[in-house]
Amino acid sequence: MASFIVLTEEQQRLQREAPPEAVLRCLTSELGCLTRQDGSASLSQGDTTVTAVAYGPAEVRMARERIDRATVEVVYKPKVGLPRPVDRKKENIIRNTLESAIMGSAHPRSAISVIIQETEDLGSNLACCINAACLALLDAAVGLNFMVAAVASAVMEDGKIVTDPEKKVEEKAVAVMTFVFESVDHKLVSVLTYGKFTQEQYKVCRDLCRQTAQSVFAFYRESLEKKLLKTV
Amino acid sequence: MAEEIRLAQPKEYYRAFLEKEVRPDDRELGEFRPTVLNIGCVSTAEGSSLVKLGNTTVMCGIKAEVAEPRYGRPTEGYIVPNVELSPLSSPNFRPGPPPEQAQVLSQNMVDFLDTSQCIKLDSLCISSGKLVWVLYIDLVCLDYDGNVMDACTLALMAALKNTSLPVVTVDEDTGDVKTHLSTHSSLSVDSCPVSTTFIVFDNTVLLVDPTREEELLATGAVTVVTEGDNLCSVYKPGGSPLTDEQVEMCVERAFVRGKEATALITDTLCSIDR
Repeated sequence: MASFIVLTEEQQRLQREAPPEAVLRCLTSELGCLTRQDGSASLSQGDTTVTAVAYGPAEVRMARERIDRATVEVVYKPKVGLPRPVDRKKENIIRNTLESAIMGSAHPRSAISVIIQETEDLGSNLACCINAACLALLDAAVGLNFMVAAVASAVMEDGKIVTDPEKKVEEKAVAVMTFVFESVDHKLVSVLTYGKFTQEQYKVCRDLCRQTAQSVFAFYRESLEKKLLKTV
Repeated sequence: MAEEIRLAQPKEYYRAFLEKEVRPDDRELGEFRPTVLNIGCVSTAEGSSLVKLGNTTVMCGIKAEVAEPRYGRPTEGYIVPNVELSPLSSPNFRPGPPPEQAQVLSQNMVDFLDTSQCIKLDSLCISSGKLVWVLYIDLVCLDYDGNVMDACTLALMAALKNTSLPVVTVDEDTGDVKTHLSTHSSLSVDSCPVSTTFIVFDNTVLLVDPTREEELLATGAVTVVTEGDNLCSVYKPGGSPLTDEQVEMCVERAFVRGKEATALITDTLCSIDR
């Protein structure tokens, strides 16, 4: 079983050097943490932890079959209880995001499914889910058009901006925004916001998150490098 | 001939139009369909409205009930929005449990009300710790021709502004609840958020207020909610990646639409006498 934990030094260096706001909490990942799946990843951003697995390309249910591209299925499992409309919305955003990332036309008439299990939600949960899903897809070696990195930011009452906020910070914040960027041109793939804000605040948050997303991409690379070195 | 191309090669058909910066229904790229608003059309509901955005029709009814407040939040009422996409509105929906799209739309309505704070939950309080109002907001799509999100938010705001609740008093000593059906007080709506939806065609062209046909061809969608000069939400659930300039263009257009829609609601409210 190829499993290990990465605590990147590069990451810590970036964290020290970046201006105080553009900091991510400590990222930890374990690729191939489960054995029976095509790809699996467990990702912690600070205390927020998510486990994601990916299957595919696999057989697709007749009703969902698409003749020109793969069907992407995403299931989001909350920690307790049955999925509620809130979780459905999350699922919908993650599915649409992954759909644009996955090279669907390479696998017509098949399904690529991603199952995400929330383990601990202590802030920036959606961002963590998307990052974990992307890692699981990388682990499953599914062809991608680009990788995606999600970063959340919060605008506080005094106008201060915090990236990758914790739950306590999120609750106090005036607005919370989650941005997803792609790895090629760093364009915006998804955005979800909560709370009132000005256009200026939106731009500042977007630019900060885009900057922070670079360290997420660096982290993906490092996680995969370690995994591949281990298997050789 | 044109009709055959439209059916057989819808993308090519649209491309030919969009090259000339016009859409098959004679609209410009940034033009909304004619919006028709009717307020107070359901007399049995506390507040109601009917919105037509081109062919898309959404009806909104608000029913009020009294209930006990949630534990720990003695002065807060509840608002329960629900969007129904039934087979009545489009052959794409089957009878049975609500489709995913309806669930996501309902959640969008919850977030829309939450974020914009247009109704203070405290204002729904009748007697602290004992009685609060519950507003059941039902949005029924009667005709699904794309952009149901904008039609729903417009119907929702119009119906809320039209809502009036009977005066209820609680006797402090005996605890008796009295309803004065003859006197009504209208709901205090603090702001008027407006949503504007765009779709991305061919990864590059942005079209505002998409029809059903355009939604099917879309490679992505963006919804911007504005309230006065502030933004309430920028919502882009995946789809083709956009540059910052494209998103900013959407935001600019949304501010213009915000003013138009707010004026439409105010004008319609003025023209009906209650």
